[in-house]
Amino acid sequence: MHELSIAMSLLDVAEEEVERRGGAQVEAIYLRLGPLAGVVKEALLSAYELAREATPFAASRLVIEEVPIVVFCAKCDAERSVKSPQDFCCVECDTPSSKLIHGRELELAALEIIE
Amino acid sequence: MSATPRIVEVRRNVLKHNDQIAAALRLRFEAAGVFVASLVSSPGSGKTAFLEKTLTLLKEKGYRPAAVVGDLATDNDAARLARSQAPVKQITTGTLCHLEAAMIEKAIDGWNLNELDFLFIENVGNLVCPSSYDLGENIRLVLLSVTEGEDKPLKYPTIFNSADLAIVTKIDLAEAVEFDHTAARSNIQSVRPGMAMLELSSKTGQGMAAWMELLASRQSR
Repeated sequence: MHELSIAMSLLDVAEEEVERRGGAQVEAIYLRLGPLAGVVKEALLSAYELAREATPFAASRLVIEEVPIVVFCAKCDAERSVKSPQDFCCVECDTPSSKLIHGRELELAALEIIE
Repeated sequence: MSATPRIVEVRRNVLKHNDQIAAALRLRFEAAGVFVASLVSSPGSGKTAFLEKTLTLLKEKGYRPAAVVGDLATDNDAARLARSQAPVKQITTGTLCHLEAAMIEKAIDGWNLNELDFLFIENVGNLVCPSSYDLGENIRLVLLSVTEGEDKPLKYPTIFNSADLAIVTKIDLAEAVEFDHTAARSNIQSVRPGMAMLELSSKTGQGMAAWMELLASRQSR
């Protein structure tokens, strides 16, 4: 379980961002999470509740947007979803692809703030 | 002053700090001509035996390898690897289930990278947590022993997907455990199409020559 480390890194990055903007009250943190980021959504939500305690983010929410896996399919010559993380084949034509375009995201997407 | 919340776009990688350290390490390794491979696997899949054999064979060929080893609590692995006469540093992570780039930076402090050809980073035995962290390596190896079963890649697709080379270890035991080579290869290719694979035994040395050739091809000096 490394979700607590991840939650703390998330708060560090968010804090940097708030400071860069000259301070603000953060209502919510929006995170984009891919299935291949190695992070479990439910575990991260629980870890966030612990990590935010006694920080300026204590009253903030964590909103996680799950990003699907997208690869470049050479046969379709287009970006396509895969059948599953266990079956890295184009959903349209069944061709295997390892050219990953989306799926590893672990990204602070946005902040909901009151200035 | 308005009390209405507004949403501001940020788009920053959560592990930005780790990734910056990893990128700086990668530049240092490149400048010093060190080829860096990291190893991930379940506990007990033979990482340390594989590394011990690798270090010994590289030393015999006149290369200058070194290793950094992550372990939760003991320094047994480092003691084993030190028998190869290669420089070895232990990182004891305590309860932390993975290595981070800053730990590597600290571990190699004091080493003259110009005196090394290869650096191996043995991650903590864990098939989940290490997948998120860039350590500045050139390639990531995922090890799978024949005793673990052929379906491990399907159970842990994320770590297999983040790796560059799959190494099937303890191949000398394959027959005894009725290891299905075809199913294992198919499962690895299913989670990571095109991933290179090697089958070997650190104990008998079977398959180690191909691994040595691969390393030699990546270290040209």
